[in-house]
Amino acid sequence: MEIFIAGLTIFVLAVFVGFEVITKVPPLLHTPLMSGANAFSGVTLIGALVAAGVNEPILARILGVTAVALATTNVVGGFLVTHRMLQMFRRKS
Amino acid sequence: MVIDLSIVNFVYLVAVVLFILGLKGLSHPRTAVRGNLMGASGMLIAIVVTLFDQNIVRFEFIVMGLLIGTVLGAAFAFRIAMTSMPQLVALFNGLGGAASMLVAGAALEQELTGTNSLGLQFTMASGISALIGSITLLGSLVAFGKLQGLITESPVLMPGRHILNITLGLISIGLIVWLVLDSSNSLPFWILVGVAALFGITLVIPIGGADMPVVISLLNSYSGLAASATGFVLQNNMLIIAGALVGAAGIILTRIMCKAMNRSLINVLLAGVGAVATSPTQDNEVYEGKVKSTSADEVAMLLEDARRVVIVPGYGMAVAQAQFAVRDFTSLLETKGVEVEFAIHPVAGRMPGHMNVLLAEVNIPYEKLREMDDINPTFEQTDVVLVIGANDVVNPVARDNDDPGNPIAGMPILDVDHARTVVVIKRSLSPGFAGIPNPLFAAENCLMLFADAKQAAFDLAAAIKEL
Repeated sequence: MEIFIAGLTIFVLAVFVGFEVITKVPPLLHTPLMSGANAFSGVTLIGALVAAGVNEPILARILGVTAVALATTNVVGGFLVTHRMLQMFRRKS
Repeated sequence: MVIDLSIVNFVYLVAVVLFILGLKGLSHPRTAVRGNLMGASGMLIAIVVTLFDQNIVRFEFIVMGLLIGTVLGAAFAFRIAMTSMPQLVALFNGLGGAASMLVAGAALEQELTGTNSLGLQFTMASGISALIGSITLLGSLVAFGKLQGLITESPVLMPGRHILNITLGLISIGLIVWLVLDSSNSLPFWILVGVAALFGITLVIPIGGADMPVVISLLNSYSGLAASATGFVLQNNMLIIAGALVGAAGIILTRIMCKAMNRSLINVLLAGVGAVATSPTQDNEVYEGKVKSTSADEVAMLLEDARRVVIVPGYGMAVAQAQFAVRDFTSLLETKGVEVEFAIHPVAGRMPGHMNVLLAEVNIPYEKLREMDDINPTFEQTDVVLVIGANDVVNPVARDNDDPGNPIAGMPILDVDHARTVVVIKRSLSPGFAGIPNPLFAAENCLMLFADAKQAAFDLAAAIKEL
């Protein structure tokens, strides 16, 4: 229970930090915000890596490697496409 | 080599700080590229330090997964057209949700091989991860299908859908309780994944195409919450925090989108707006004998004589792929000394901010892309407003709050009717998503240019050149 409350504390505080930071993003950049945040949610990759690297059971490893592939697509694709979009918003002179 | 756990957690802390600074960078176009790179480097160091985890004993599967994901992700990112960005984000949301669900499943399968009994936090969080992750996956796939035109964009309203949704919700709760009480096998987890998948479909399929900005924002939030839930399964703070940040971003965007339509989230999710067609008699009353049609040559002359022109782009412009041609005639106007700006309604396009990206892609400087609240007071000093493929967001009926049958009552709109002249480029007088006629088209100061948006923009450019 103690561990759960510690986790919950971190979760709630992070939600507040998220609200504070993200309200300041102008509508102009809402699409890149979304694709960038999208890449963040691929952070589950770090859990997937551990699952894919275990020896037993084989089922966990199969689930893990699938998760690694999906999460990596999300992370790599998310950051790259955000970069591609943000390049377009550079000041043109 | 194995690194001490406290070092791993310290690196995670650095990564989380980079995430937050990265999001902060997105508050201005000048710092945004750097912000995104900071986020990406945070992710990279988190991945690298995780590879030293003591539980990882074999790497061949990991390398395989990383390679597949990198190739797929890069291919998507470089090849996607900007008009298809909503589909891509929907798809990525789904992948993130699925990955979180699978990680929770893998952790569960692994724990079940041990002798330790599973804790309440572990089973509960696994169940929630399965529920949210699976809803996110299938909900996103349905949204993807709608946006890509693979399934109908109009709301699919099944009879008894509310009862079906309530039933699926109750079954899901029941399965989580089963998982918590009986931690001897993973059966309830995988049944839950299946039920939640069905739930994801029934939740998104009744929602119409123009409401997709809300759906994508909400699914974005879910993909973050699924990651957080998996963080509780693995007791990993990095996952909890990053997931919470994404969850917050999605909720903020969902709220902004709902406000821009003056509708509650419940109304967007459940009402099936867009399923009813307008009655032709209502159309005749509004339009009969009052609509004035114009030609590209006439509009070109109007534009050239104007001092200030505002362009209102809608989803119709994106569908017709008219943005390049629009850019061409706006730069022609600018060389002739006309001031041109763009008025962007928050729900223009199929995802938050979509229209800005489409216009930035054709090199229109972002200073010219003005938000609704910002540009509304300037319409009175505007000589010509050019509405291209937009309808409901410029419908003055939205100001009429008293009519109970008005589906867009109270929706914030662009006050284009305050300008001296309004020119609407549209193929016909057909209604927008709200399914109601637009009295703007019959207004004294409004001219209709009946044409395909792309063709009209080409004709305008040609006509302006000739002047």
